[in-house]
Order: sequence, then C-alpha cells, then structure tokens
Amino acid sequence: MSRRQLIVLVVVIAAACALPFLVSNYRTFQFTLVLIYSVALLGLNILTGFNGQISLGHGAFYAIGAYCTAVLMDKFGVPYWATLPVAGAVCLVAGFLFGLPALRLEGLYLALATFALGVSLPQLLKYHQFEKWTGGVQGIVIPKPEAPFGLPLKPDQWLYFFTLAVTLVMFALAWNLLRGRVGRALVAIRDQHVAAEAMGVNNAIYKSLAFGVSAMYTGIAGALGAIAVQFVAPDSFNIFLSIVFLVGIVIGGLASISGAIYGALFIQFVPNIADEISKAAPWAIFGIFLIGFVYLMPLGVAGALRMAVARLGRKRHNF
Amino acid sequence: MDAFIHQVLAGLATGGIYASLALALVMIYKATNHLNFAQGEMAMFSTYLAWTMVNAGMGYWPAFLLTVLLAFVLGVVIERVIIRPIENAPVLAVVVVFIGLLVIFNSVTGWIYTYTIKTFPSPFPKEPLFGQKYMSSHEIGAIGVTLVVVLLLYAFFRFTPLGLAMRAAAQNPESARLVGIRVGWMLALGWGLAAAIGGVGGMMVAPIVYLDPNMMGGVLLYAFAAALVGGIDNPGGAVFGGFLVGVLENVLGAFVIGNELKLAVALVLIIGVLVVRPSGFFGKVLVTRV
Repeated sequence: MSRRQLIVLVVVIAAACALPFLVSNYRTFQFTLVLIYSVALLGLNILTGFNGQISLGHGAFYAIGAYCTAVLMDKFGVPYWATLPVAGAVCLVAGFLFGLPALRLEGLYLALATFALGVSLPQLLKYHQFEKWTGGVQGIVIPKPEAPFGLPLKPDQWLYFFTLAVTLVMFALAWNLLRGRVGRALVAIRDQHVAAEAMGVNNAIYKSLAFGVSAMYTGIAGALGAIAVQFVAPDSFNIFLSIVFLVGIVIGGLASISGAIYGALFIQFVPNIADEISKAAPWAIFGIFLIGFVYLMPLGVAGALRMAVARLGRKRHNF
Repeated sequence: MDAFIHQVLAGLATGGIYASLALALVMIYKATNHLNFAQGEMAMFSTYLAWTMVNAGMGYWPAFLLTVLLAFVLGVVIERVIIRPIENAPVLAVVVVFIGLLVIFNSVTGWIYTYTIKTFPSPFPKEPLFGQKYMSSHEIGAIGVTLVVVLLLYAFFRFTPLGLAMRAAAQNPESARLVGIRVGWMLALGWGLAAAIGGVGGMMVAPIVYLDPNMMGGVLLYAFAAALVGGIDNPGGAVFGGFLVGVLENVLGAFVIGNELKLAVALVLIIGVLVVRPSGFFGKVLVTRV
C-alpha cells in the first residue's frame, strides 16, 4: 500500500467514525445499512468479480445469515455479537456445499442454478416444518442492542460503530486474502481456468472455497442486517434482493474491493431518492443503470475512478 | 385414484404453459447461446398489453393476435437495440443485461399498471368440455393452444425457406452468411418468435395465476427446468420437458411434499439435471476441446 493510499484510508476511516455524530439517527441507521451492504457486496465480488462464478442467488446466503442470528437470539438467547461467527460459519459450510455441485457448472448454468436458488428461497423459509424456529410467514422480531459498558451512545450510534468495526475487519481480511497467492489463483481461474490448472492451481478446491468464503461474507452481512433491522421474514429475501447485490457489484466495480463501498452507497441511497417519483422508479433506475454500465462503464465506479486518477497523475508528470 | 388422474391432467395443462415458455427459451438459446432471464417478464408485459386491449372492448381473439404481433415486434426491437451490441461480450455482461431487462420490464409494468392483482379472461367456456369432470375447459384449451403453437413452429422451420434460413443461421453462422443469409436479422427474428411464443404462454397462464407484475417468477423457473430436462437446445425436448415438469410439480405438490415446496421441485430439477446430465433427455452432448 502506498503512502497516498494509506492517507486516503485513514481519512476515510476518520470520516466514518465522525459521521454518526454529525447526522440524524435515521441517517446513521442508513449508513449502517450501507456498511452491511458493502460486506455483502464484497462477498459477492469475491465470487463473481474475482473468481468469475456468476451468482444470481446470493440473497439466499444473506437470508441464511440473517435467520441464523434471529433464531439464535430469539430461541436460544444468544447475545447478538456472538451470533455473527455462527452465522458466518453456517454460511461458509452452506456456500461450500452449494459450491461443490456448482463446480460442474460454467457461466450461464451457474447463473441459472443460483437464480433458481434465489427464486425458491422464500418458499423454503416459509416451510411449515421449520416454522417452530423461523416463525413462518410472520418471521421473527429481535430486540435492538444497547451500547455496552455504559458508553454514552444512542442505540443507533452503537449499532453503527459495531457494524463499522466488523466491516473494517472483513475488508482487511478480504484485502489480505485477495492480494496474495489465493487472490492470484482466483483471478487466474477466472481468466484461463485451463492454464491455471496447468500451473498447479487446484481449480476444484479454489472454486468451492471461493463460494464458501463469499457466502460467509454475505451471511455475516445478513446477520448484521437482521440485527440492524430487528426483523426477518421470508418475503424480504426474494430474488430481488439477490438482484440488488448484482446491481451493487456491477455499479461499484467488479473485482474491486473499494467498489463494494460505492455499490453499497448506490443501492442504499438511489432508491431513497427515486422512491419519491414512484414505487417502481428505483427498479427502473436499477435496470437502466445495469444495462448502461455494461455498455459504458464495465469496470464500474471503482474502475472509472482508477482511470481518472491515472489520467490526472499522468498529466502531472508531463508538466 | 380420481384425485391422482385429476392432478396429472391439471399438471398437463400447466405443463403446456411451461412448454411454450420453455420453447421460447430454447429458441433464443439455439440462436444465440444465451439464457433469457427476462423471458418471463417479457411474456408478462405482453399479457398486460392483451389485458389493456380486452379491457378497451376488443374481442379476445383479435386482442390475442395483436398481442402476439406486438410481442414479436418487441422481441425484434430488443434484439436489435440491446442484445446486438453485446453479442460477443463475456457471459457475465450478457447475464447482467438480461437481469437488467427483467427488472425494467417488471418495474415499468408496475409503474403503468400498478401492483394490484387483476383478473384475466379465458377465451374458453366456463363449463367443462365433453361432459367430463377432470379438466376445466381452460386447461384443455391451454394444452390445445400449446400444441397448435408447436405444430405451427414445426411447419415453419421444416417447410418454409425462411425457417430453413433461420436454422442455418443458428447452426453455422459463417457458412450461412456465405450463402447470403442475413444472420443478424435471422437472430432478431428468432428473438421475435420467442417473444411471441412467450406472450402466448403468458396469456394462457394469466387466467390461472392472475395478472400481476411478479406472476412469472415461478413460471419462468419451471420453464427453465422444463427446457433443461428436455435438453436446452432441443425444441421438441422442451415441449416434452414442459409437460413432464407440469405433471411432476402437480403430483409431487399434491401427494408428496405439499404445495408449500412446489418451487423447490424446480430448484432440485434444475440443479439435478445440470449436475447429473447437463444435456437433458434429448440435448446434444457438448464436447469442448481444451
């Protein structure tokens, strides 16, 4: 990491810490959601952006994470912070298991299989045999966490800082994972899987591992989401949630870590603004942006920024 | 036993609808090797067009024909304007564009027509046909319409020069171009036909599931399952798959797993076929050279 990047990072983190003291409770809550989405998008980006496996059903892992947290808190009285590792572990296993048959599927077919998962998930969550734990159609309501150790923070602010801490850890881990050997292997599989195999990269292990890790990230985001919203219900995890994630990584930038944040800002705030036009407007805008970005900015916001910085930098050298 | 026969026949009826949508998916897959995730929403949009016309006082069958025509034009336009520029783009870009289309159709329909559920008329009489008690006349009619569509398509591809040109363009674009076939337009025609067939499926399913912007989610999934079971590049297989999936869905839903998990049947079928036998029953086995 260069010195300039380090400075930018420190400034961003400082700004993120100051934020909840500058804006209203509701805005703080919205930024909490942005952080949560960014973790989910990072997870999807590890799979789709870096490893080239298309998932149209990542909402399923978000839902599994959210339900893990909700069930543990509601039925077993586990404190909210302790549910995160469990949700992560469950999703890691679930993702790995789904990744195994997915090994045989390429491109389109994987997209189709995950699409099927995303569409059928709400029905599975409503299944009456699970109703004892999942609460069926009604879902589960969970209490809002209070700030611990007598910290002088409002619940919304505490939730924000808790989420921020988790988000920073997740991003640091992802950065570590992706810049080294594993990251190179994932990208190599995406670009030329035969060549990667010939170089000694075990495609099967890396691909199912990528699926597992990706599901874990999205699952932890789901767990945080359940805590923040204090509510889970099957119909909030329909196929459109998975599509929102896809919108996020396409807009933010595929195969980019910072892209997850731009994408999260987009999917959180654009619908808010567009909602004022019509209930359907956010989705129309999402659709138009999806297609527009594929044509005009295939690297997303992150790619465009990178290019802009590179151009400006070059100009300075010329003088 | 009576209940069983009833479920099988009802399954055949919905199966006919899945078959027409699966047929649309296969047409696009054969022409361009894309899976059209927006097929269901395109069909839904056409059905809304039909609803508008019927509500404006038009007779059912004129509205039906006009809708099929409009759906055809819509399909051609989408291919020329949106799909053409990404013909050779990576898979991810294509999938994203299809999802974008899905979302746009869904939201625009919701915007224009609101999200309240509407009823859609059936052209067939209310009382059961032929004095039998197993199937409503709409169910029989839906099967009949599907079969007519299949026959028309078969005749079109088998006996007309245009059908031959379209088959050539799909099978071997380079050679087809060399003999003077305008491959680009053939693909657009394929899209138009697919959209038209999908529209027919939409109008047949709407009296059963009612009209709302999200009505096609489940239907599209069954259609995908049907296309895969039959072999994603085999139109006959898609029709067979459609009927099979319809019967399976109904019988399993009624007697084995309950109605709550019907969509899981599609999920299991899709993943099962893809993992165990990706070419389905009648598809071509793909061998790639490394």
